[in-house]
Amino acid sequence: MAPMILGAAPFGFIFGALAASGPLGAWNGLLMSATVFAGASQFVALGLIAAHAGLVLLWLTTLIVNLRHGLYAANLLPHVARLPKRWRLLLAFLLVDEAFALVSEFHRREPQATLGHWYYLGAGLAMYANWLTMTVAGVLVGESFPGLATSGLDFAIVATFVSIVVPQLGERPRLAAALSSAVAAVALHDLPLRLGLLAASAVGIAAGVAALRLRRAARGAA
Amino acid sequence: MNYPLAILGMAAITLACRATFYLLGERIVFPPLARDALSFVPVAVLSAITVPLILFSGGDSLNLSWRSPWLVGGVAAIAIAWFGKRRLATIAGSLAVFFVWRFLVAG
Repeated sequence: MAPMILGAAPFGFIFGALAASGPLGAWNGLLMSATVFAGASQFVALGLIAAHAGLVLLWLTTLIVNLRHGLYAANLLPHVARLPKRWRLLLAFLLVDEAFALVSEFHRREPQATLGHWYYLGAGLAMYANWLTMTVAGVLVGESFPGLATSGLDFAIVATFVSIVVPQLGERPRLAAALSSAVAAVALHDLPLRLGLLAASAVGIAAGVAALRLRRAARGAA
Repeated sequence: MNYPLAILGMAAITLACRATFYLLGERIVFPPLARDALSFVPVAVLSAITVPLILFSGGDSLNLSWRSPWLVGGVAAIAIAWFGKRRLATIAGSLAVFFVWRFLVAG
């Protein structure tokens, strides 16, 4: 769990520093980290605000960038469906990329676990505390370190995501999904509003399903 | 722009994305195709985020030079994760390669 938090820490820090030194300001930056709690869309929002975009475009972009969280929720639903409503709402708020990665891996490793929601809560709260703390640190320290965003600490997110994805690629359908998603993401990199991310994910998912079905068909025939 | 309003709207939209399935959960039944598709969501989304970061040096222009610390660090991360399968080793090792490469080569 710790490396995942380390991987996200620089982003909270950089977000806080950029927010404090830009038009958004320190307090609104903190408000955003506390209530939105979604790194990618927070960075996109900084860019849109700097470009004087309107409310509707800002909200539409937030929806597009965070739609993937709906897919995460659908994926984890079997593990939370029996919890009380207040639990589900709390766990939904904490459903960031890293929490999803940790929780889905936990259930893959221990399919029989019954206390997975406590693991989920712990992972989510750790990420939230880390995100808020690092935003505060960024707000406080950021302005005295110009050029922070280019310092390369954001490579940590690459290292983190590679460490999650690559160990799963021994299975052929997952390899097919990862490779086709990556190729599509590079080809569609210049689409506006990060639409390329969504489109490439769809390509990768389709390739994975196709590979899975082909393998099943081959085994069925053998 | 009214920033607090903009931010609270973003928060509501984000929570809606995350909570819809959880709250309506019992009423949604997934066919096998959807179940298969959902199992590939993490690997597809994370790959679509990560690989462009590596090849575009975290920015907007393609950079495939051996001098790119993003490219060399990314390849190192993939190699360490493939052969070692240890998460912390992957993160620490590739971060070290990234910073050393940037210091020595990309300057």
